[in-house]
Amino acid sequence: MKSFLKTCTAMTLALGLSGQAMTQEMLKELGKGEGQVNIVAWPGYIERGESDKAYDWVTSFEKQTGCKVNVKTAATSDEMVALMNEGGFDLVTASGDASLRLVAGKRVQPINTDLIPSWKTVDERLQNAPWFTVDKVHYGVPYQWGPNVLMYNTNVFKEAPKSWNIVFEPMDFPDGKPNKGRIQAYDGPIHIADASNYLMAHKPELGIKDPYELNEDQYKAALDLLRVQRTLVGRYWHDAMIQVDDFKNEGVVASGSWPFQVNLLKSEKQPIASTIPEEGATGWADTTMMHVEAAHPNCAYMWLEHSLEPKLQGDLAAWFGSNPAVPAACKGNELLGEEGCKTNGFEDFDKIKFWRTPVSKCASQSECVPYYRWVSDYIAVIGGR
Amino acid sequence: MSASAVIPAHAPAILPSRGGIAGALSDTFWRRPKVLLFLMLLPPLLWLGIVYLGSLFALLLQSFFSIDEFSGLINRQFTLKTYGDLFQAANLDIIIRTVVMAASVTLASAVVAFPIAYYAARFARGKWKALFYLGIMLPLWSSYLVKIYAWKLILAKEGILTWFLDKLHLGWLLDAWLSLPYVGGNSLSVSFTGTFIVFVYVWLPYMILPIQAALERVPGNLVEASSDLGASPGQTFRNVLFPLALPGIVAGSIFTFSLTLGDYIIPQIIGTSRLFIGQAVYAQQGTAGNIPLAAAFTVVPVVIMGFYLWGAKRMGAFDAL
Repeated sequence: MKSFLKTCTAMTLALGLSGQAMTQEMLKELGKGEGQVNIVAWPGYIERGESDKAYDWVTSFEKQTGCKVNVKTAATSDEMVALMNEGGFDLVTASGDASLRLVAGKRVQPINTDLIPSWKTVDERLQNAPWFTVDKVHYGVPYQWGPNVLMYNTNVFKEAPKSWNIVFEPMDFPDGKPNKGRIQAYDGPIHIADASNYLMAHKPELGIKDPYELNEDQYKAALDLLRVQRTLVGRYWHDAMIQVDDFKNEGVVASGSWPFQVNLLKSEKQPIASTIPEEGATGWADTTMMHVEAAHPNCAYMWLEHSLEPKLQGDLAAWFGSNPAVPAACKGNELLGEEGCKTNGFEDFDKIKFWRTPVSKCASQSECVPYYRWVSDYIAVIGGR
Repeated sequence: MSASAVIPAHAPAILPSRGGIAGALSDTFWRRPKVLLFLMLLPPLLWLGIVYLGSLFALLLQSFFSIDEFSGLINRQFTLKTYGDLFQAANLDIIIRTVVMAASVTLASAVVAFPIAYYAARFARGKWKALFYLGIMLPLWSSYLVKIYAWKLILAKEGILTWFLDKLHLGWLLDAWLSLPYVGGNSLSVSFTGTFIVFVYVWLPYMILPIQAALERVPGNLVEASSDLGASPGQTFRNVLFPLALPGIVAGSIFTFSLTLGDYIIPQIIGTSRLFIGQAVYAQQGTAGNIPLAAAFTVVPVVIMGFYLWGAKRMGAFDAL
């Protein structure tokens, strides 16, 4: 009897362990829905028609699959990582700075793309993107992406500016007045990457290969450039709506920005346009990733499939000012319009250096300046140091 | 032959138990009143101890950890390194900037609030007094954010204030002020002057009310006696009214000073983007994940306010609250 009990214990243990090992493996086939799915998302990413009736891509999913969608919004990438570490969620819409951290921390599981029929419709440029593909294993499904464009006032710039130098170097604008006090820059340490992207084109002797991988000298050069920019910037922008207001009331005529603000200002008939200058631009790309211990894997897979639907992708792109991960979404979407994808920068994919967290162990050189130093030094630069 | 019948006279008066749990409890409380007091105080004490002081100490503890330079992970070993970081030039700038702003906002609030409070305490009667109270309190009822956004529009380069000054042909005055170093900027809404104006506006009611309370307690005959004895109005103010109202001013300054010290929303919307302590805490714990430095930053206003309150108590501010 005793030995029988021992065998039972051993078997339970073995089963338990193999069960844990299984979760690291990808799902082989889909079962029935579990009745709900919990998603961590950026605000505005998962709309159920509560903000605006026309923008609803949850209700139909819930009706079809019987999976109730619970959304927890997070304001920063750090918050997303923290929520995923806590657990209790199935999916997360992670940006490029969070996605690899989640993979490295083993918080997300590989995705079996065979279980997602729409996978083949995903933009080929995104299918194997390095911010969610590690050793050819996919740790998520692309959701949306967008560039950080150069927004400008068309009354001042009759032609689109060709270079980012209008927001980095002191100069006179085409209307004859200096740019001092009439430009803005993003109030986040990641703006250092915009500066190094500019230096990459204009100071090749620094040898910057990647704006997110800087050694001490390159980093110092980028900070020096930003110190010059500080003397030109009245206020840095932090909140999209405040930037919109500054372009209307504060006499700001040029700034790095998101298509969201550009679209908003255009819809208010302001003389605003945007461009991606010759140096290229930084940008963001988000991926829906699945928690390693997701309690509702079947519903999660159903959502991943649903998230690639052209209608959803197009509606979301129109709502957020982003680009769909599925090219088919660009055509025939009522909310996005025929030109919507072009406006949001869909054709400029190759010019964009997608956002990543700078780490000390980088690929292009022996050692790089890590992110936490970007934070303290950018605070110092804004403070006038 | 019951037990009670044979109790000797010197035995303690132990009454028989009434039985049941409620009865036993009631007896215990009656015999030991301190137990009842303890039980009643326990929930608020737990709240104060765990939720309030506990979180403060957790914060204090965090500030003695440090962040690992390479991995960005928190190193949970006692160190004073994080406090050392506070004295780096950029961080020291933030602290000095915040304290100077808080001090000037307090000073300006006192100057603006005094005449208003004086009028309200001495002259306003009946309906006017009610109207006055309403006027002071009304701004506190509307949303803080709405007021700040409204101010952003008022102070903007193409806003109503600039327009108004231009109509008065005083635009040169504004331009001259804005061209000054440090307080100036591209427009009022992107300068420290703008931040200062909005701070004074938002915290003014907290200064007016304590001053008014202090002034109402100054007997009118003291002021009359002073002038009867030949003092000029200026002398009366300096030697009688001001010293008696001082506790009220100090009490009000506690509010304006500490509120400015901790605010992180106004400087984010109106100002030059240079950080204040509150914003630095937000940035360090949010985007940077450097919780020890954020905690060390929060200790700064705690220490400053500790000294401030100690000084205020010596000046009798707490009698005027």
